[in-house]
Amino acid sequence: MIESTSTEHAVRPPTSPEEVEQFLAQGTFPIVDPGGVTFVFHGAAEAVYLRCWIHGLPASQPFEQIEATNLWMLRMELPPNSRIEYKFEVVRNGHGEWILDPLNPLRATDPFGANSVCQGYGYRAPEWTLADPNARAGALDELQIESRALQSTRRVALYVPARFRRTRRYPLLVVHDGEDYLRYADLRIVLDNLIHRLEIPAMIVALTQSPDRLREYGGDERHAQFIARELVPGIENRLPLLDNPASRGLMGASFGAVAALHTAWCYPGVFDRLVLQSGSFAFSDIGHHRRSPVFDPVADFVNEFRTQPGRPARRIHLSCGIYESLIYENRSLVPLLTSHGIKVRYEEVRDGHNWQNWRDRLQAALTWLFPGPLWMVYE
Amino acid sequence: MPDVVLLGPQYRAPVLRDVFARLAMHGPFCTITAGWQEREAETSDLVEHLAIDVTDLRLYERAEAAFAGDSELHAAYRERQDLLREQQDLYRLRLEHAKAAWRELGEREGNAELLKRARRSALSELRRLDREHLAQLDRVHREFDARWRPAERPAVARQVQQIERLIDRTETVLIAGGHVAVLLNRLALFGLQRLLKGKRLAGWSAGAMALTETVVLFHDHPPQGRGSAEVFERGLAAVPGLVALPHAASRLALDRKERLCLFARRFAPAVCITLDQGAWLHWRGDRIVDGAYASRVTRNGRLHALASAA
Repeated sequence: MIESTSTEHAVRPPTSPEEVEQFLAQGTFPIVDPGGVTFVFHGAAEAVYLRCWIHGLPASQPFEQIEATNLWMLRMELPPNSRIEYKFEVVRNGHGEWILDPLNPLRATDPFGANSVCQGYGYRAPEWTLADPNARAGALDELQIESRALQSTRRVALYVPARFRRTRRYPLLVVHDGEDYLRYADLRIVLDNLIHRLEIPAMIVALTQSPDRLREYGGDERHAQFIARELVPGIENRLPLLDNPASRGLMGASFGAVAALHTAWCYPGVFDRLVLQSGSFAFSDIGHHRRSPVFDPVADFVNEFRTQPGRPARRIHLSCGIYESLIYENRSLVPLLTSHGIKVRYEEVRDGHNWQNWRDRLQAALTWLFPGPLWMVYE
Repeated sequence: MPDVVLLGPQYRAPVLRDVFARLAMHGPFCTITAGWQEREAETSDLVEHLAIDVTDLRLYERAEAAFAGDSELHAAYRERQDLLREQQDLYRLRLEHAKAAWRELGEREGNAELLKRARRSALSELRRLDREHLAQLDRVHREFDARWRPAERPAVARQVQQIERLIDRTETVLIAGGHVAVLLNRLALFGLQRLLKGKRLAGWSAGAMALTETVVLFHDHPPQGRGSAEVFERGLAAVPGLVALPHAASRLALDRKERLCLFARRFAPAVCITLDQGAWLHWRGDRIVDGAYASRVTRNGRLHALASAA
């Protein structure tokens, strides 16, 4: 029997091959209800496992085969409004193969490939993440920066808003892993939509991409110097920007969030607005941190930051999924920041360490940090 | 008092031409498109729709020129804008608390008579705040005008003379929508209230708001905050006693009776009028004489259609 945390919504498994056909034909999968989700796999296998990364749950959970059928099912608790990404591990001839859920068309991509997506009960992709034919599209331009700090030439994509005018001055947002944000978090659509809806002002967005992000984003002073002393002046020379810290922001997710905070910390008074999403803010209160060696420089920075935070920015939008292992580190940052006079909006959501989570937080973050002329414009 | 026409948004399915034909308003037209800011000169769509050339007063561009020619005035003007912004912030802060009190009283259960009195008092407090805010804004403007006398400064006076000459050649002035603060500031800087006396006027969206006595900003579902409507500035008062609510269908929760009810009672005796796509109303003398698809927000939180096009 498939166990359910909410028996009211338990799925009754089919009991014969005929019922299996019917069951597969009429359903959408996975089967979501207010109490949870039922994953379904149909096919020959020795074992099937759900593979997903929810902090607090096992990374691998076995399916149960329905007697006399090739149907495999797994019932899992999933609170409303959750969103998780997953794969199936299907074992055949003693070998496990990781596959996307064949019955679920919903996918999310990231730099490592694709995952199936389970949208929990009540979750809806925000409408502002969907392309709006009425929204005028911004343009993507490109800038080459000869970086002395990084000893290399860096290509930076520039989002220039629709109706751009040289006579007007614009806020600047620098986005770490910017091209990934474009590819996997629909950043261009989101910017077009939020600007069209007047929820944020027309702004210039610099999209940086590091060839060695784990090193450069982990608290590397050369990277901070590149952003604050080379990239920003380079854009200022080319485009009309507002010349005040409140009109300059940094954004990043995961290691990108570390890079954003680190850069603002190294150059206080340059960037007053930060968007930090699921930051990899490893630290240790005593002894060594418990993460992999790649986090060593991050922990060095975060430990130092926790001792002397100063005021890297005046407003920070911080968010993290509660299914992420980083939730502890991000929660820990909030009281530290607020106790140093920084205005913080902290958002926890039932999601994981992934791009659609970061996409879904963009409206709350950007409209708070860069409020648009919504109240004033009646076209 | 000459005719005034208030209309809803015009950028998707404009009705200006049909309305003007019905009211026998045939041009020539002067336009004020300062609310479009840097796009002020981009009137080609409007000209195409009206099928008649228009003379745009270029108030946005003129203001830039006036400020470029008078840096002292520009600095003082910026300082005044900072003051106005701060005043708006202070008002907004107090408004949030007053609105919260009104809201909580609306949800509370208890002695009906006591609650009724408390709610009435909370509403009075909101109305008092609005009045006080307008008085503060008036004071800032009065002091600025008295000290800097913008109309007498050559950089502004030159522009005013040119604007006056252009307006003299026409019977009808059209005021487009856009950024309502920018629009109101330019109208005030060049003293358009005086220059437009005796002219037929038509305004849409922000332009309609500017033609009323008191401009109220509103949005019931902004991405941040609760969305409390706020008194913003005085308008040209060509249509006294109305509060214009363009884009009401998208900006207001029209299905939330308690919000509409508060809107109507808070700004009474002024009448709140929704102006959505296709809506218009014709004001003559001291009343609405014609119109279509515009609705009045009633004191019990409903929408009452004002008139239907024949």
